[in-house]
This record gives sequence, structure tokens and C-alpha cells, in this order.
Amino acid sequence: MLTKLTGGTIYDPAKGIAGQQHDIYIQDGRIVNPPTADQLIDKEYNLQGKVVMSGAIDMHTHIGGGKGNIARMLMPEDHRADPVARTHICRSGCGHAMPSTFVTGYRYAEMGYTSCFEPAILPINARQAHMEMADIPIVDKGGYVMLGSDDYLLRMLTAKKDQQAINDYVAWTIQAAKAIGVKVVNPGGINAFKFNQRKLDLDEQNNHYGVTPREILHVLATAVKAIGVSHPLHVHGCNLGVPGNMHTTLDTIQGIAGLPMHLTHIQFHSYGTEGDFKFSSGAAQIAEAINKNKNITIDVGQVLFGQTVTASGDNMRQHANHKHANPNKWVTMDIECDAGCGVVPFKYKDQNFVNALQWAIGLETFLLVDDPWRIFLTTDHPNGAPFTSYPHLIRLLMDRSFRNDMLATLHPEAQKMTTLASIEREYSLNEIAIMTRAGAAKLIGLKDRGGLSAGNWADITVYTEHSNRELMFTKPDYVFKDGTLVVLDGKVVGTPWGTTHTIKPNYDASVEKELNNYFDRYLTMKLGNFKISDDELTEDGRGRITVQPLAGDLT
Amino acid sequence: MIEFNDVPSPFCGIGTDDLSIQVDGLSLKVLANGCSVNTPLFEHPITDTQARVKGQCVSLDDAIAAAAEHLRRSQHTLIAGCATDVNGMRALLSLADHTGAFVENINFSGARNNFLALQDSGWMNTTLAEVKNRCDVLLVVGTDLEQFAPRFFERYLWTDAMFLADSTQRHIIYLGKAPIGQAATSPTGKAPQIIDCANEDLPEVLAVLRALVKNRPIRAEHVANLAITELSALAEQLKHANYGVVTWAAGSLGHSNGELSVQMLSEMVKDLNDYTRCSGLPLGGKEGDQTANQVCGWTTGYPARLNFAQGYPEYDPFLYDSAQLIANNEVDTLLWVHAFNINALPPVTYLPTLVIGRSGMQFDTEPDVYIPIGTPGIDHTGHAYRMDNVVAIRLKKLRDSGLPSTADVLHRIQLAL
Repeated sequence: MLTKLTGGTIYDPAKGIAGQQHDIYIQDGRIVNPPTADQLIDKEYNLQGKVVMSGAIDMHTHIGGGKGNIARMLMPEDHRADPVARTHICRSGCGHAMPSTFVTGYRYAEMGYTSCFEPAILPINARQAHMEMADIPIVDKGGYVMLGSDDYLLRMLTAKKDQQAINDYVAWTIQAAKAIGVKVVNPGGINAFKFNQRKLDLDEQNNHYGVTPREILHVLATAVKAIGVSHPLHVHGCNLGVPGNMHTTLDTIQGIAGLPMHLTHIQFHSYGTEGDFKFSSGAAQIAEAINKNKNITIDVGQVLFGQTVTASGDNMRQHANHKHANPNKWVTMDIECDAGCGVVPFKYKDQNFVNALQWAIGLETFLLVDDPWRIFLTTDHPNGAPFTSYPHLIRLLMDRSFRNDMLATLHPEAQKMTTLASIEREYSLNEIAIMTRAGAAKLIGLKDRGGLSAGNWADITVYTEHSNRELMFTKPDYVFKDGTLVVLDGKVVGTPWGTTHTIKPNYDASVEKELNNYFDRYLTMKLGNFKISDDELTEDGRGRITVQPLAGDLT
Repeated sequence: MIEFNDVPSPFCGIGTDDLSIQVDGLSLKVLANGCSVNTPLFEHPITDTQARVKGQCVSLDDAIAAAAEHLRRSQHTLIAGCATDVNGMRALLSLADHTGAFVENINFSGARNNFLALQDSGWMNTTLAEVKNRCDVLLVVGTDLEQFAPRFFERYLWTDAMFLADSTQRHIIYLGKAPIGQAATSPTGKAPQIIDCANEDLPEVLAVLRALVKNRPIRAEHVANLAITELSALAEQLKHANYGVVTWAAGSLGHSNGELSVQMLSEMVKDLNDYTRCSGLPLGGKEGDQTANQVCGWTTGYPARLNFAQGYPEYDPFLYDSAQLIANNEVDTLLWVHAFNINALPPVTYLPTLVIGRSGMQFDTEPDVYIPIGTPGIDHTGHAYRMDNVVAIRLKKLRDSGLPSTADVLHRIQLAL
């Protein structure tokens, strides 16, 4: 079957194409070169006047894993307000802050997204994360495995194990958990909370291990680079949400000494202590540091107003924030000498000074970071806002007058504490395409995704140009997943199953000897039962695994 | 004869995964690390492999067609039991969605006490490896822990612990009745402390205990025959623990409104975290109950007491109680799914009854359709959740019985619709 997309206006930053008109051909799920004159076109779509991008990639969204399911269970009232009925091709479920898995897939696809990455997979909970993601239709999936508060790594650091041993452990964990990257959350802090520490600064020691977050970041960032993980160490830093944490963030950037590092939901880590309320924006200084340090990438974690639920591995900070729970109910867990989680419902209010300034800090960050290849569009779903608010966020970035109209309605003191009104920048369609497509694919290391040239998988989204960018990005005309039409006029018309992206970094097999002893002595599962096998993802006949090349092998 | 080691169990809820099992043809023998819960459930023989319709043996195809015919005629089906593995629950929810059925896990009325507390105020909980390595004070409330899980103490308490100098010196405190067995006595002979009270008295006892944890003045000298001094000593023990753990079994709190006791305990645990670390540990996870709730959670947004009649899932922890639905004539067909336990039989009712059940079930009243199925972790691979909600275990296939899985059968019934 040969499909032709005729005459669309193409935004394909992977090939440096920004708004040129040309045709795209699809065959066997992939984009192909123009056929010879004698080849018949089976199906043609006239895309004259339409905007064509590759399918969007969300590089940080909490879509699978235990804390998300706790968030679902915690919030029946939120689900009741957004029931989703089944159709002849779609399963029923619920939406809003933490949608059911099927609805997650449908709603992502309906916004033109074709890949989503869960950023916080606890090794011991990886099986659940993959099982949940296996029930998310249409989009491709993958995840970053969480290390840094696990007792095994901290014991290694205390025992002064060499970097090679840590590299082996990290590579082994990636393979055992079927991940594509590594995340660290409040480095060592989740562990310190189990020893009743309530905060952990960058250079503060864990009471039991004597290890600091700085050391953890350094060994993990080194390991990630050494074993060939394309995605830089994915860092949720210390002191999330604490006024003044911008200094921790700046120190974290300096401290990593040029190693590749991704700072996630940086909005939550960009706070100063100025002003009457001792809460101010650090976005300008943070953006300046990012502009200077080319080894750093970020995603924003934009806050948007309304009800949501925050679900994080950072139980130390989530416990500290529980007094803001709205509605007033919350969960934390300590988990398996591995990590933890905290789930706290939030209602971000535009007339609340802190929330309004958080909104402005996120937007300042977007607008002050120069290089769209190093910044990514996220709300840290569902923590800053549900992912369904992305089209609204895109409009805020692309439309200065809309942005300033919104700003004018916020808490007046917050308006005084932001430079947002004076920032003239508006994102272009090409920059949006970089942030949400080509840049994300490059960051994660996805071969043949995020671009529209021949050889790429045919993940393609087609929009009707509209001056209201929120409307435009809410309802694509067409979305193709691996060449199959899955969305027509903003509604799901096909429900194929995506693949799970992984990597297989090498490790010395002898790493299992010591791990085996540790599992037998201290953990509650046998090592052999801990490792996830391929058939667990594929045996139901609809899941697939794609092993992406390692950094050195990526062309 | 084949021997399997490191076999995980879907039965006991505490995720034992170190069983050695010998397989001889279709018969299983637990060679090592069995217990009074797991061993009989693993060893139960296969007694029937053929499906029946109205008591007559039929082919699997015919039984599936008959079940589909019942469902086709049904205006409102109740799918109950719901005790199976992850793939079984996936197929079950797909069928429920397709047919607009009610869904209820067999243990939901007990688990409801936990869900109501969770959904009203939340909790701070922990998992088994944290208990094993950190717990220095364990408070067992209103349940006999070793009756629930015979190997709990051996596996998670009287064992090496990363952060305790001597794990045999952990303090075990029972608030409730004394345990029947000796498992709670440490290998060095340290016996558990018993604060004897009836489960019916737990509401007031727990209220006083929480007040004492919060340093609220108590004027009474006794509550439910317990001296306040005994409870205030307990409050101090919890406050001085490095990592206290409070455990309960939601289904056996012994009084109506058990959710209020769960909430009282959970809020007390939160209060204790103003001083030190303390965590809750709700017991459960046997025979697929946690699995049912988890898969319902991600598929629908709600735990396992649902109604799909409107075309979308609705959750009501009280209205959709299967006993009430049956008593009130709100359903016209019962589909019973239980892959783990031959003694978990459907309620005997006036309803046409379809049973997708573990091979070996004996019925006083023959169901309209009975399809014997394999057991996850014995006859086919699968996944099951432990009690602590985070850890899913990979179940192994131990023998080739030819029995279909829950997912196979339910999937085929849906196709036949």
C-alpha cells in the first residue's frame, strides 16, 4: 500500500525543513522516497494549506507505574467528572488529571502525539509500569529507570566501589527494567527520608551512608555516558518546590562539570526568595546558565491552573508539601529499599500568588532559553497540569498578546514579580516542531523517529493552520502512526499498538554475583524473578520491543 | 519428573518466590518452602478438564458458545469473583466493557475499608523489603498475622536486616487477640507483647491511642478494659521507634465501618511522622484481589467494584455490592471467575450462572456453564500483585495441562459475542 500526502507545508527540523511545501510517501509503515512514475498510488491525501509535522514525542509524562495508579485510586471524584464512554473501536475509561490507560493513548493521539516516555520507573515497579503502558494504545512507549536512592548504589558508594562497577550496575538495571534512560529523583533524598531526614541539600550527607547528592549525580551521569545511553542522566534535583532552590539548581549545573545532564521540570527548581512573600522567579539566572552550558538540557514542567494531582518519586518533598493537598488527602510510600513515591492532589489557582508566579516562571523559562533543541515542552503530567493542556501551553508560547492578556488576570503581586510582560519572543511553528519532535527524538536517541525524511517511521501529524494555536494543536486533521491513519478530524479512527523503546547497554555478567547475594540476603524477591523478560511485554500478541542503538552507534 | 526452584506464589499475598516444586506429569509436590496456605493450593490435583453445560460434558467451543448465548440474552450481567492474573483481568474488563456488566472482586467488601480511607484522607505506607530491613517496632492490629501468612515472620522479620544490629530484637506488639501460633516469637526467644482487646473495641481503643500519640490529654483511666497507661506506653514505643510499622487486615476488623479504624490508624501513622518514621502496611493480595484492583485502577480509574452499564465505568463501593445486586434483582446473569481456589464457589442464586473456575470445583448446584481453567503460576505464566501494591510477580508455568487460561476463555467468549 502506497500512500501519498500531497502538497502539505512541512516542518521537519530533523532535516532543516521549516515551512516548505513537498509531498510525502508512505509504504509499509515508513516514509519512502518518491516512487517511480509507473508505481500506483493507493491512497492520496490532499494537504494543500495544511501544516505537516512528524508525530509529537512527550519525553516526560507520568503515564505508567505505581504512583500513577495510586493517583487514579485516590481521585474517584476527578474521574466521575470526566467519564469516557466506549465506542465501536475505543474502550471506555475516564479522563482528567490521571486518565485511565486507554484514554491516555486516545487523548495523546488526538493531539498528534505518537510517543510517550514515563520518566520515573522504579526498578522494582518496572513490571507494573510496562503492564500499564501495554494498555496504552496507539502511541509508542518507553521509560527511564530510577536510581540514586536505592540502597544498593549507596552501599557501593560507601564501599568506594570503582566507577566501572557502578557502570555495570546501571547497565544491568536498565536491561532488567527494560528502560531507555536513567533518572535520579532528589538524589539520595528518598533514601534519607527513610532515615528521618527531612531535607537534603546538594552537599548534605545521608545520615547513614555519608554520601551526598552531588556524588550521586556525578557517578550516575558518568555511568550513563560511559555505557552509551543516548539520553543524558535525567535529573529531578534536590529541594523541589523550596523557595531559593534556584541556587541549588545553578550549583547542580556547575557541579556536573560538563557531563551531559537533563534537568527535568526545572520550573519547580527555579525559585528565589525575594519580594514581600519571599518567593520570586529565578528563571532569568537559570536560563542564562542553560544558555551558557551546552551540556545541559531541560524540560519545563509548566504549571497551568486547575485541579490536578502530583505524583512523584520524591516522597521527601511530597511529604513536606502535603499541607497544600487539595482536596486534603495524600499518599506517600517507602518502596523496597529502591525508592519511594508521594501523591498529593493540587489545585493551582490563578489568584494564588505562588501558583501564579509558578505559571510565570515556567513561561519565562521557555522564552529565555535560546536553543529550542535543548528545552522540551512538558507540564510534568500530571504534576504541573494534565497533558491535555498542551495546546493551551503552545498558544501561550506562540501568542504574546494572548499570554499578556492571561497574565493581566493573575494575582496582582505575582504580576509585579515577573518580567513576562516585557518578553517579546513568540515561538515559531518550527521551534514547536523542534521541542516536541526532532529535539525530543534526538534527546532520547530514537532512530528513525521524530523526522519526515525517507526511512523514518511514518508517525505524521497534519494540522489546519489557525491563528488560534490552541485550536490548531487541539484537533489535528490527520494523525498517522507507523503509516496507519489513527486520528481523523481530532477523533480516533484506528487503534494499533505501539512499540516499547529500550536500550541494551553492555555490562560485565559477573555483576550478578554480588547482586544475587544482596537480593537473597536483603530483598524480597529472587534475582531471577526480578528481571523482566522480553516475553512479558510481547506474549499477549500486541506488545513489541524496539532496541534502540547506543549513543556511539547512533548515526 | 521436573523440579522447579524459586517458584513464586500467587496465593499467599506476601510474594513468596522461593518454593521448590516437583512436577510429575500433572501432579505437583511442594518440596521446600511451602506453608499451610501455599502448599494445598499448589498441590491440588486436576480433577476435570472438560467443560460442562447443564452438567453435560461438552467441548470447549460449545461451552464458550453457550456462555456467549447467556451473555447475549442478558440485560445486565454481574461478573464476580474476579480472581485471576493480570491478563485474565484485562480480558475480564474488556468483556465487561463490551457487555455493560457489573464487576466485583470477591474480597472487595474487606478491601473497601482500605479504599474508603485512602479516598477520604490517604495514608503513608511501606512495602515488605522496607519492613524486612528497617522495621524495629511492628504493631499488628486486630489480626493474627501468621494465620494470614504463615511465613511472614520467617521471611520478613527473623532474617538479616540492613539497618538493624540484631533483627531478633524487633518489638512485635499485638493490639487485639494473641496469635495462635509461635511464629511471632523471635529465634532468640523474644515473645511478642500482647495488648489484649476485642476487635469490636478497636474503634475506641484506636481513637485513644491516636490521641495519646498527639499528646492530647485523656481523662479516663480505662478504655475497653485496657489501662490508658498501657496505651500511652504503646504510643511512646511508636514515637521512639526508628521505623515503626502498623499492619492490619481490612477485612477482619470485626465491626461495621471498619474504614474508620483504617483511617484512624493511617492518620495516626501520619501523626507519628511528625516525630519519626512510621508506615502502614495493609495486608491483602491473596488470590488476585490486589491484582483485580490494580488492573481495574489503570483500566477504569477505579478499584474493583464497577458498573459499565452506562457505557463507561462507574464506581460505587456500596451500591454495586454483588450480594445486594442479587438480592435486589438488579442483575439477570452471574459470570463467576476464580482461577485460584476450588473452594471459592459462586453464591447459589436464582440466576443463570456461568463459572470460569479452577479445575476441581465441586458444586452443590451445578452451574449452567462450567469451564475449568488453569491456574496462573501453575498451568500458565502470568502476573500477580503482592499485598504491598508495588510489586508484581512473574508467575511461572510449571506443567502442561492443556487447560486454558482465564484470558483465553474470556477473550473467546467476547469474540463469540
